[in-house]
Amino acid sequence: MLIVLIALFAVAFVAPLIFRRLGRSAFYVIGAVPGAAFVWLVITFDQYTGEGQSLLEGQPNAPPSIAFQWIPGLNLELAFRMDALAAILSILILGIGALVLFYCARYFKQDEPNIGPFGAQLLAFAGAMFGLVTADNMILLFIFWELTTVLSYLLIGYSRHRLAARRAALQALIVTTFGGLTMLVGMIMLGQTAGTYRISDIMAQSESLLSNGLVIDVAIGLILVGALTKSALVPFHFWLPGAMAAPTPVSAYLHAAAMVKAGIYLVARFAPGFADAASWLPMVLIIGLATMLVGGWRALRQHDLKLILAYGTVSQLGFLTMVVGLGGPGGALAGLGLLLAHGLFKATLFLVVGIIDHQAGTRDIRKLAGIRKTAPALAVIATIAAASMAGLPPLLGFVAKESVFETFVHQAEIDPTPVGTLLLVGIVVGSALTFAYSARFVWGGFACKGKAATPFTQVEKSFLFAPALLTVFTVVLGLWPAPVDSIIQPYVTLFEADGEESYLALWHGFTPALLLSVVTIAVGILLFWFRAHVERIQSRVPSVVDAERGYKYTIGTLDDVAVWITGRTQRGSLAFYLFVILTMAILAPLAAILFYDAPLPDRWHIADSPAQVAAGVVIIIGILAAVRATKRFMAVLMVGVTGYGMALIFALQGAPDLALTQMLVETIVLVAFVLALRSLPARLWQREPGRYRLLRAVLGISFGLVMVAIAMSSMASRVASPVSLEYPGLAYEGGGGENIVNVTLVDIRAWDTYGEISVLAIAATGIASLIFIRGRGDTRQRAETVKSGSVDRGQEPIAEFGREAAALELAKKFSSVSRDAWLVAGRTLAPERRSIIFEVVTRLLFHSIIIFSIYLLLAGHNLPGGGFAGGLLAGLALTVRYLAGGRFELAEASPVSAGVLLGAGMATTSLSALIPLLLGGQILQTAILEFWLPVFGDVKFVTSTIFDIGVYLVVVGLVLDVLRSLGSEIDERSEGLSAKNDPSEMKLQQQEHTETGEGVAR
Amino acid sequence: MSVNITLLVVMAALFAGGIYLLLERSLTRVLLGLILLANGANILLLSAGGRAGVAPLYSEEIAADAYSDPLPQALILTAIVISFAVTAFMLGIIYRSWVLGRRDEVQDDMEDRRVASQGSFDAEDDADVPEETTEFTPLEEAEEAPGSQNAGVLDLPSEPKEPR
Repeated sequence: MLIVLIALFAVAFVAPLIFRRLGRSAFYVIGAVPGAAFVWLVITFDQYTGEGQSLLEGQPNAPPSIAFQWIPGLNLELAFRMDALAAILSILILGIGALVLFYCARYFKQDEPNIGPFGAQLLAFAGAMFGLVTADNMILLFIFWELTTVLSYLLIGYSRHRLAARRAALQALIVTTFGGLTMLVGMIMLGQTAGTYRISDIMAQSESLLSNGLVIDVAIGLILVGALTKSALVPFHFWLPGAMAAPTPVSAYLHAAAMVKAGIYLVARFAPGFADAASWLPMVLIIGLATMLVGGWRALRQHDLKLILAYGTVSQLGFLTMVVGLGGPGGALAGLGLLLAHGLFKATLFLVVGIIDHQAGTRDIRKLAGIRKTAPALAVIATIAAASMAGLPPLLGFVAKESVFETFVHQAEIDPTPVGTLLLVGIVVGSALTFAYSARFVWGGFACKGKAATPFTQVEKSFLFAPALLTVFTVVLGLWPAPVDSIIQPYVTLFEADGEESYLALWHGFTPALLLSVVTIAVGILLFWFRAHVERIQSRVPSVVDAERGYKYTIGTLDDVAVWITGRTQRGSLAFYLFVILTMAILAPLAAILFYDAPLPDRWHIADSPAQVAAGVVIIIGILAAVRATKRFMAVLMVGVTGYGMALIFALQGAPDLALTQMLVETIVLVAFVLALRSLPARLWQREPGRYRLLRAVLGISFGLVMVAIAMSSMASRVASPVSLEYPGLAYEGGGGENIVNVTLVDIRAWDTYGEISVLAIAATGIASLIFIRGRGDTRQRAETVKSGSVDRGQEPIAEFGREAAALELAKKFSSVSRDAWLVAGRTLAPERRSIIFEVVTRLLFHSIIIFSIYLLLAGHNLPGGGFAGGLLAGLALTVRYLAGGRFELAEASPVSAGVLLGAGMATTSLSALIPLLLGGQILQTAILEFWLPVFGDVKFVTSTIFDIGVYLVVVGLVLDVLRSLGSEIDERSEGLSAKNDPSEMKLQQQEHTETGEGVAR
Repeated sequence: MSVNITLLVVMAALFAGGIYLLLERSLTRVLLGLILLANGANILLLSAGGRAGVAPLYSEEIAADAYSDPLPQALILTAIVISFAVTAFMLGIIYRSWVLGRRDEVQDDMEDRRVASQGSFDAEDDADVPEETTEFTPLEEAEEAPGSQNAGVLDLPSEPKEPR
């Protein structure tokens, strides 16, 4: 059983390859898989029809089953069980599956595109159906159920270029998925109540479950909704006629053996135990009967052969649901008999329609004529199948229908209410309609209708093989229904016997059932005879149940609501989103604090020192000024003030490392701001600031207050002593350093630092790629190649006369003096952009700063400093070089590109993390080495210093990237813009700006 | 533990100013708001460390709780450098936005606006489907039929040019 399942899916996976080799003949190959499985099933059939149908796994005589644990926590197991019901369904699935695949080999063109995936999907579909009927776990069943949904979506939408196919596929997907999910809810309710998801277990304890009352009633109702949607019952029936946009072989399979039969299977599966649930009979009988009548009525109105069949299937499915769902041995026997009969004749009829469409190029009964004469064999096959559908003796359809009548006659006899009689009348009317549309099908497809015969190519024998074989079964099993009876009887034993022994037979004698058959046929003939009148009446009766319109309306409303909600929530304004997020960020913690009795601090002090208060005042003044500033750089400067104030607070708090780092960062940030924003206008606003000032202020202040509340209550909640009390000892003894903060960074919490410098490297790369766009721009231009005084810095031009012009004259005179340059590339700057004092000071300071930064790096283990501070200081030295000597000076000052620095830094830290691992230690482990060096004397070297060197390199790389991108590259771009001697380039650049500018504005 | 009122007031002011600026349209002010928020968060961390103390440079004579708490310091140090990187990155974005659009402002997303104002009609769902009574229409004919997938291809805008 498992082998069959695996083989079906495995071959489906490789099927596209087979198709690539063999073309459409590959259908024979893949069709052989279900064919072989069918043979296996028939040979081993006795195993599944044993007496103990309801016995559980492990008991003797129980049907064969296999179970593996999959996800025990979800009660999900790969449990399979092949009992009589599963075996009967499998016969249909495998047998008809194989025949349909064989048929496909003649149906499709040799060069049909996408035929490979199609074949794979069809075979996988058979596999999913097989899995569905053999699954013994509800969740597993659901998985296969949804698998058939997805595969049917792909199969129905096979003709991707046709709107009808795409829409029908989507419709089928939505409707059946809706039902599937509803079913899942029901199954979970059932499974949780029962404490098991094993279907056989649940069936075994169905009686005790039913005593739970409402829960089970609702659960069963929900599961039935799944069956309703899958089996296309009212009010979900509309997807099935739509699904005939699928290629005809798919329709044949879908209607006869797969997909819609899954719903019937579900009803049959649960009927033995749960037909007594309060929700069961009303749903099954009312909806079943309604579907039968609606389907039959609609089928009489169609002109497309395939649509006649499609509505016919809808009708038959309603019929089947009623009979199978009736509960009781009679219904079970009749229902499964009808199921098999329906599978045989419906597959035949669809395959016949496929042949007609293939040979004649149309399925419209108003165009078709005379095929009875041009293709007599086809006509015979179709007539026999249709007769079986209509319930004519001596065919299987008649046998099954006879048995149904018998059951419902019996039901009407024992039912004291008129419901039983009403059902019987309904079934007779439905059957009469069935007869009528069967006749319409045969007449429409094959009659001469007094017109010239439709052009019709001769049908190949191999094309005709599948429908012919199915018809043979219809006839043989009709004449000799004993085998059918014998395979169904084991399933019937699951129901409590109600005294009446029933069996399938062609001749039961003169019974009420026979009389009803005669009535049915008579009414059917009348309906067909007066078809013109019937059609006229039909066109006058407005359609009461137009479920398709309802579906469209639902989907349309859903679209409208989606657009409305999207429009309300996705306003496209960042500020709006922030408002929403921040409001939540204020309300959620506030609610938590209020409702959970957050503790309030019992001890507090104004400040640690008066100086702290002073620093705080400075910061607050800085904030106010920054908020009110209207000039760009004023605001930047004021934020800088808060930053320096922070440094002061750090210093007062006893955090020299922080103070040092904050000072350095603040300085570099100021420079970066100036460099990046120099081309932007000085005023901050192009239009007056927003109308929501008050709201923003309220939001800001309440956020601040909420943060205070959070801080207070979290500090008041502290009960344990801080972990950092251990740090001094750890740092000194374990880390071998006296600067606890630094040892924390490079040793105790080195992973944090590692993560952080990765962020730095990414950010640096991000900045470079934002400015350079193409690559990191790591190639460097040497200063030698640049003409003296040629590099401008993109400032406003100097007026021809005036003080500045005079100063320029002087500067030019000096700059031409030949003498040793202070800076390597100072000469490349335009004379008016140079400052001799700045150059001299830079010359004097640069190397000292670099040396000091290295000192900070190395001494940082014991004294304030470390990789971060050292790196920032080195970066500051580079900044000074750049400011004094321009971009070529920066290039000269950094012999190694920023990318290399970042890479080297990351490599150093990574290696220092990994090498201990190679030496048998732990990742990021450090060691203390003590040795003697000349000059230095005794040296204590801690390996975490290597990690710190990596940090240093990354930070230098980051600062260098900032300078190169926001400094050098923007210099070059603005020079390009103002280059008057090269108008063509300027024009090009301007054009580029406006183009891209427009692109953004749009 | 004792709560330092000054630090909390400064923190509240930093957060309030930061949020106020963050909700601006001007990108520069948004960035400044972010910087203030980062500073506020640093103060929060710092105040969580407790009272001011001796600089955390190890000496045997000093008791472990006399130091200013080193753990928040390490966290803040990382935070300072990260916010520097983020600031620089944002500066790059502001410059880029200026170069491309001459705008220093947070733009509304026009696509969102368009979505909000669109109707719910979708040809894929709502257009009429022609009745077809055969599967064997030649492919070319099918592609020209209304509702075919290829019909609308020409109306699509061509690939937007890559901005430099």
